[in-house]
Amino acid sequence: MKALVAVKRVIDYNVKVRVRPDGTGVEKDNVKMSINPFDEIAIEEAVRLKEKGIIDEIFVVSIGNNSVKETIRSALAIGGDSGIHVISELDLEPLGVAKILSYICKENKIDIALLGKQAIDDDFNQTGQMLAALLDWPQATFASNITLKEDKVLVTREVDGGLETLEATIPVVITTDLRLNEPRYASLPNIMKAKKKDIKEIIADDLNVDYKPRLETIKVSSPEERGGNVVMLSSAEELVKNLKEKEGLI
Amino acid sequence: MSCLVILELENGAPTRPSLATITASRKLSEDVDVLIVDGDSKSAVEKSTNAKNIYYLNENSENLIAEQMVELLRELSNKFDYILAPSGTFSKNFMPRLAAVLDKQMISDVTKIHDENTFDRPIYAGNAVATVQSKEKIKLITIRGTAFDPYQGQNGNSKFICLEKPKEMKKNKFISKEETKNERPDLSSARIIISGGRGIGSTENFKIIEGLADKLGAAVGASRAAVDAGYISNDYQVGQTGKVVAPELYIAIGISGAIQHLAGMKDSKVIVAINKDEEAPIFQVADYGLVGDLFTTIPEITKLI
Repeated sequence: MKALVAVKRVIDYNVKVRVRPDGTGVEKDNVKMSINPFDEIAIEEAVRLKEKGIIDEIFVVSIGNNSVKETIRSALAIGGDSGIHVISELDLEPLGVAKILSYICKENKIDIALLGKQAIDDDFNQTGQMLAALLDWPQATFASNITLKEDKVLVTREVDGGLETLEATIPVVITTDLRLNEPRYASLPNIMKAKKKDIKEIIADDLNVDYKPRLETIKVSSPEERGGNVVMLSSAEELVKNLKEKEGLI
Repeated sequence: MSCLVILELENGAPTRPSLATITASRKLSEDVDVLIVDGDSKSAVEKSTNAKNIYYLNENSENLIAEQMVELLRELSNKFDYILAPSGTFSKNFMPRLAAVLDKQMISDVTKIHDENTFDRPIYAGNAVATVQSKEKIKLITIRGTAFDPYQGQNGNSKFICLEKPKEMKKNKFISKEETKNERPDLSSARIIISGGRGIGSTENFKIIEGLADKLGAAVGASRAAVDAGYISNDYQVGQTGKVVAPELYIAIGISGAIQHLAGMKDSKVIVAINKDEEAPIFQVADYGLVGDLFTTIPEITKLI
């Protein structure tokens, strides 16, 4: 069985994101970049399924300029077998990404596409669902548990107010949520090994896919700032009094 | 302009985020149609939304999967300029799938409507706001429920239109749903959240937080540091990689205020920080601060309420 894991290079979650003064986006120069945390969970899950003997081969895909090779390598160090780098200089949207991934899934006869449920930069939470639609495959989003048995997969999904379980038939698209697993740290030998793994390059424009962005970003601004006006209190009584009488909250 | 709002119901009435979505929809279109999957709630929905047309299913169905929702909406969508739904795991599941079927780029989590084509949406977990413009002929949008006031309906005069429940899918089926057996409210909809951080020190000590939460009818949350330390499971995690929340009152206890945590709670209306370190960054976003030992302060507060 073949798995595809899509990974996105994003600003590391520990970095304080700063909006550029000219409103064209956020500051990315000299900022630490990492694999999107949800995608790291996706690659970890694929590797675990491979260790159980269910998946035979894991393709790691990323789209972007040359820097995404580093992101692909970090997923290969966790245990992906080979990489696919789709070269594009455009800032793609979920629909465009899903179209490219759909092409790659067909081309490589993928059985399970594992994607993070959302990227922590644009926060769209769309790509997996769109990929499933374009391939006309079943989808299981926000997975917190995955059990594969022959051509069926039982997926527990994190939904508002509880958990839901679906039974889907392979091929399938699964998007991963936080509780699915805790990704391992790549060991030094595995990081070294990953450097030798093959990364195939594809040029996005050669795919004959309409992946151009549809939305126009007029500007990016800072959210309304809060804080700087903290009222420091000296006792529990004072706090309760404020919350009761001044704010009327409790 | 024509607009369809897909509503979520709870106890036979639209949820607060659903009513917020109605408010948002009226900024785009005078006439608003709604779709519900529970026909028994038709008249409650008529009163609270003043919808022109109410689409409902001939058979009540709670657990439609994304593929079925897309079957239901595929044809119907072409009648509308806008398709809106309150942002939540239900809409996040089917709306992008529908958008791709219609070959449209969807806009998630809209917090502000500038005009018929221009919308604000938070990015980087709310650390930045993108203003985006869409020229798509059908605009699929999910609405952040905390960003709009709930619509106040008066006696409606809706037309009811019955739709056939979509068939079961061959390749994917609903098996079961396990509602969280939690007497406390859900993090994403709670009015008050009490969160604990690494300062709590142990799983056992989280009971102090829970005691206060129960007294206030609040949800319990945690910082990533507390989750990573193993004090509490990560479904309680508030932050950029956990849940993004915006309650009326957020009380952060023993939380230093890492960027990752602030990103998940800074839109709360009133923030209270209780920490023994007066230099903790959490005080910079708080409205009220209390420097002190949480093991004496929290029981005191609990007693006073």
